[in-house]
Amino acid sequence: MADKVLMKGNEAIAEAAIIAGCRHYFGYPITPQTEIAAYMAKKMPKIGGVFLQAESEIAAINMVYGVASAGKRVMTSSSSPGVSLKGEGLSYLAGADLPSLIVNVQRGGPGLGGIQPSQSDYFQATRGGGHGDYHMIVLAPASVQEMAELTIKGFELADTYRMTSMILADGTMGQMMEPVALDLKVNPAPEKPWATTGTKLQREHNIINSLSLIPEELEKFNFDRYERYKIVEEKETMYEEYMMEDADICVTAFGIAARVSKNAVDEARKRGIKAGMIRPITLWPFPVAPFAKAADKVKEFISVELSMGQMIEDVKLATSCKRPVTLCNRAGGMIPDPEQVLRAIEAAAKNGGVR
Amino acid sequence: MVVFEKPHALTDVPMHYCPGCLHGIVHRLVAEVIDELGIEGKTIGIAPVGCSVMAYNYFNCDMIEAAHGRAPAVATGVKRADPENHIVFTYQGDGDLASIGMAETVHAAARNENITVIFINNAIYGMTGGQMAPTSLPGQVTQTSPYGRDPKLCGYPVRVCEMLSELEGPEYLERVTVADVKNVRNAKKAIKKAFQNQIDGKGFSLIEVVSTCPTNWGMTPQKAIDWLKENMLAYYPLGVYKDRSAAKEEAK
Repeated sequence: MADKVLMKGNEAIAEAAIIAGCRHYFGYPITPQTEIAAYMAKKMPKIGGVFLQAESEIAAINMVYGVASAGKRVMTSSSSPGVSLKGEGLSYLAGADLPSLIVNVQRGGPGLGGIQPSQSDYFQATRGGGHGDYHMIVLAPASVQEMAELTIKGFELADTYRMTSMILADGTMGQMMEPVALDLKVNPAPEKPWATTGTKLQREHNIINSLSLIPEELEKFNFDRYERYKIVEEKETMYEEYMMEDADICVTAFGIAARVSKNAVDEARKRGIKAGMIRPITLWPFPVAPFAKAADKVKEFISVELSMGQMIEDVKLATSCKRPVTLCNRAGGMIPDPEQVLRAIEAAAKNGGVR
Repeated sequence: MVVFEKPHALTDVPMHYCPGCLHGIVHRLVAEVIDELGIEGKTIGIAPVGCSVMAYNYFNCDMIEAAHGRAPAVATGVKRADPENHIVFTYQGDGDLASIGMAETVHAAARNENITVIFINNAIYGMTGGQMAPTSLPGQVTQTSPYGRDPKLCGYPVRVCEMLSELEGPEYLERVTVADVKNVRNAKKAIKKAFQNQIDGKGFSLIEVVSTCPTNWGMTPQKAIDWLKENMLAYYPLGVYKDRSAAKEEAK
């Protein structure tokens, strides 16, 4: 087994990005993700990479757009209010089919909100974040090890599907320290014949663009893009099932909420309640299959979230509302404790799925 | 015998610009410079949002279409992706560069980003049908200043070259026009220098080209040229606003 290093989640993302071959990082300071920028500022100059503190999140995402156009692995990171500013750029990246990695270490909102952990950007992330029809691949790590692994996965998926990958973490994941194994395998970036790197007078000029004024043409681009999204849904959906074989009550949560919920599931089992958990790892594509399967067996679903209830809508869709789905949540920077989740499990077990 | 050819750096695609528009002249000047410097194969151009949004169809080099005002940030990314092998220029109008993209413009200049910016100032938003621009003159009638631009209500036009010249960062700032032959020749010299500066690693060069918009000014092309000379050049004097290398030479 490889040696492990004790790292903050934010640092694990930064180190994993470097391992993935990312040599261009652009960011703007915002709590609770600034360690990523600090790490890059220290490391990039020593390995021939570029760290640049942009004048705004808007500028940072457009610098990402520039490097992505030139065909190189590139990333930016921010936290909720900053990601709102990047929304325009996210839409343009999607419209131009450019691969990149965006990190959102979420904090409580709306507005300036707070600086404590939150998952209230779920809608923004899974529905695209900007204007127009598009998706990002949204990855939700639940450990510092996963912060590293999903960062690499994010770069690979972005390149394979010419999409933006987003790491949707939260303040806890960013700030907490855990041992990480960094002997991570990386698929190198594929050839990018579409990139604008100069024609060298050897080929027709490449154009990176999201404008098409002919509606028939623009419609075709949208339909083609969604064909690609269908392949992502079929091949790249990731989730973890925990004690779901015989579960009566299905807890579902991602990120830090999943860590808390796992404890509650263990405690419920000790008390004789058959609880289990589905942890989506990709939030888009959402793991519909395990929920659809579980909807025929379990009595009730509980969506545990650090928000006013956002993922719960996808759970209801994935289960076709066959069984009740209840919300167990905290918001504004608060985190549910295992006790709260346990009480929700016990209430569900008592109700037996009748609401 | 061919005595006048299209520059290689221009495509053969018919341009969409209105009759009398000066974009065609500036496109040609940029293309001639790219040809003369032999840099087409390593040049990447960034098109703006505005009338010249489809510039990506007209230049033969690799092209990127940026979000409104963000071209200098996109250019920063492209340049830094491969500084040795990329020559990067942006081509932007006044709304794009001096209004929505002002922050990106100022900071690219402040960083002395090694790029070339071609800035077309015609004092109006053309593509959207003639609204007041950050560079519209006091009293100028536009769709969104139908009684004439009132400085008491919406302030004064921005002089970009003068403003940027206060920064330590930029290498070269010059305001030119393409309103007549003599000035076209001068504009080409300035554009060439702006690209040469980048090749020489000197940093940020911006050429502001005072231009017209016959369609949205509601004038014939000739009348628009006259209006430019009488009004625009009075508010936007031509000249070099910063030339760091020349200043250094002089200091020796």
